[in-house]
Amino acid sequence: MTAPATSRAGGPGGSSSRASSPAPRGVSGAATSQAGAALAALATVRDPELDEPITSLGFVTSCTVSADGDARVRLRLPTYFCAPNFAFLMVADAYDAVSGVPGVRGTEVVLEDHFASDAINGGVAAQAGFAASFDGEAVSELHGLRADFLRKAVMAGTDQVCRPLLAAGASRASLLAMTLGDVPASGALDRLRQRRAELGLPAGPGAPLLIDPATGERIREEAAPLHLRRARSTRISIEANSSICRGMLRHRYETSGLGEEEQ
Amino acid sequence: MYEKNGEKYFVVDGHMHYWNAAPDNWVPGAEQYAKGWIECFHAYMGLGPPETHWTLEHFQKYFEDDLMKDVFEDGYVDVAVFQPTYLKEWYKEGFNTTERNALMGEKHPGKFVYNTRWDPRDGDEGLEVLRRNVERFGSKGCKLYTAEWNAGSRGWKLTDPAAYRYLEKCQELGIKNIHVHKGPTIWPLDKDAFDVADVDHAATDFPDLNFIVEHVGLPRIDDFCYMATQEPNVYAGLAVVIGALMHARPRFFARVMGELLFWVGEDKMLFGSDYAIWEPKWQVEGFVDWDFPDSDDFSDYPRLGVAGKKKILGLNAAKLYGIEVPAEFRLAPGQGTPAAPDDAQLVAGA
Repeated sequence: MTAPATSRAGGPGGSSSRASSPAPRGVSGAATSQAGAALAALATVRDPELDEPITSLGFVTSCTVSADGDARVRLRLPTYFCAPNFAFLMVADAYDAVSGVPGVRGTEVVLEDHFASDAINGGVAAQAGFAASFDGEAVSELHGLRADFLRKAVMAGTDQVCRPLLAAGASRASLLAMTLGDVPASGALDRLRQRRAELGLPAGPGAPLLIDPATGERIREEAAPLHLRRARSTRISIEANSSICRGMLRHRYETSGLGEEEQ
Repeated sequence: MYEKNGEKYFVVDGHMHYWNAAPDNWVPGAEQYAKGWIECFHAYMGLGPPETHWTLEHFQKYFEDDLMKDVFEDGYVDVAVFQPTYLKEWYKEGFNTTERNALMGEKHPGKFVYNTRWDPRDGDEGLEVLRRNVERFGSKGCKLYTAEWNAGSRGWKLTDPAAYRYLEKCQELGIKNIHVHKGPTIWPLDKDAFDVADVDHAATDFPDLNFIVEHVGLPRIDDFCYMATQEPNVYAGLAVVIGALMHARPRFFARVMGELLFWVGEDKMLFGSDYAIWEPKWQVEGFVDWDFPDSDDFSDYPRLGVAGKKKILGLNAAKLYGIEVPAEFRLAPGQGTPAAPDDAQLVAGA
């Protein structure tokens, strides 16, 4: 038996100032980098509702990879009753992301302290899909739900990109005429383009900045004020929700998660 | 009542509880859910000011004297609206039932409004219980929790045909106010349990009922706002908005308030402390003192003045429940009409 490469909550991966435990000793360099690669893979998994990585939200309790390539991930959520459909997506996505890390031979992802932990963990481990994991309680998989929330992410991202432009003096009319390529480079722009691409919406430099996330159609002039208002509402809703989730998580667990970032 | 800078506020706490969530009330075999539920509530309390936090033991079960002191003596509340939540699959006598609330409240005439509840999966028997509760407790409102577990079912929607039977019965019995609280489980589980589209449909089909969406539809504030702006009989219940954000995340609180004032309007927002999750004292004091931060980020939101705060803290709820407001607390002519349904129509094009 070899010592697993370990990243523990509150350890080197955590960036917050809360309680931290010392880095594990006796860890081989190769295995450490594997755990690091697994954590980097987890950083690509997002909470579909909050549109943020599960790492920065503090949802990753631990992530280890043994010298033999067995990856073990423990996840946690802000409450015992967080919505089971979104929880399932995060566990399943975490499983897929870590399984894709080169050298990982087997993956186990365990969601802790949740009312549906058994159904979710068992269903993901068996690759059973959501409907089979919640037999009789669901009629389909979660692609539609995920797409609904990606559209919200596109709306929120639209506000993140447009607000600085408006603050710098751009008019609404000028936003209507702009393409994605006209917008100065920023992290927010990259994120918006990525979300649009995930939905199969126009995301190239020549695509209009303002589009309907349901159809991909360019927003008409008369609809622009309402569109921008709704974009802001969506962003505020998600951000307020996220801030409450962070507060609940902090109350629930004393240690910070791997890669957790304070807001 | 609360008084500040010579202004007097009549306070109606539109959303509060008298629960027993201690282990003596846990259903054998369902202890983990009963425990999980109250610990989740207790975590919400953690978002309030530290000096107002309770121990988990006290939070699980508090008593009449605690409530009367926290809500009325210290908390400035004039009238409080009980919002029962049953959860009988987890709590033997229910989490807080209409009976439990009334048994305590009857010792304090004039202080409480007794809302009751229903669950469309309870069939004809539930309709009869609803009728008896209205007769016995004079209920003018119902609290609905759509994520309640019931005999293997994990939840329901207002558009379920069985729910429409109950809404029709509500109208027949003279119930005016339907408080909707969304939770994380419904059938089917692959849909978004917090979607408010069913409230939209029900509000259109039952124009004589008022629908107060509790917690402003959290975590779907955006969907709620866009729905409420189109429905004259949909109101925003502020429980959790003030409690969870005003102290812990003041800038988010300001943004959410801005959105609500824009889409829903000050005539259609109702204060609720969500006691015992949070005590009303700090919420009332902080809300009366509150204003938008001095920043361009907030410059295009409607302002909230003293008259608006009076409406939100009590006058709107008093209007919906027919509570008599002494003259000294009423608005002066020209300061608007509490709970005016038309306020929802302000957003052109929505």
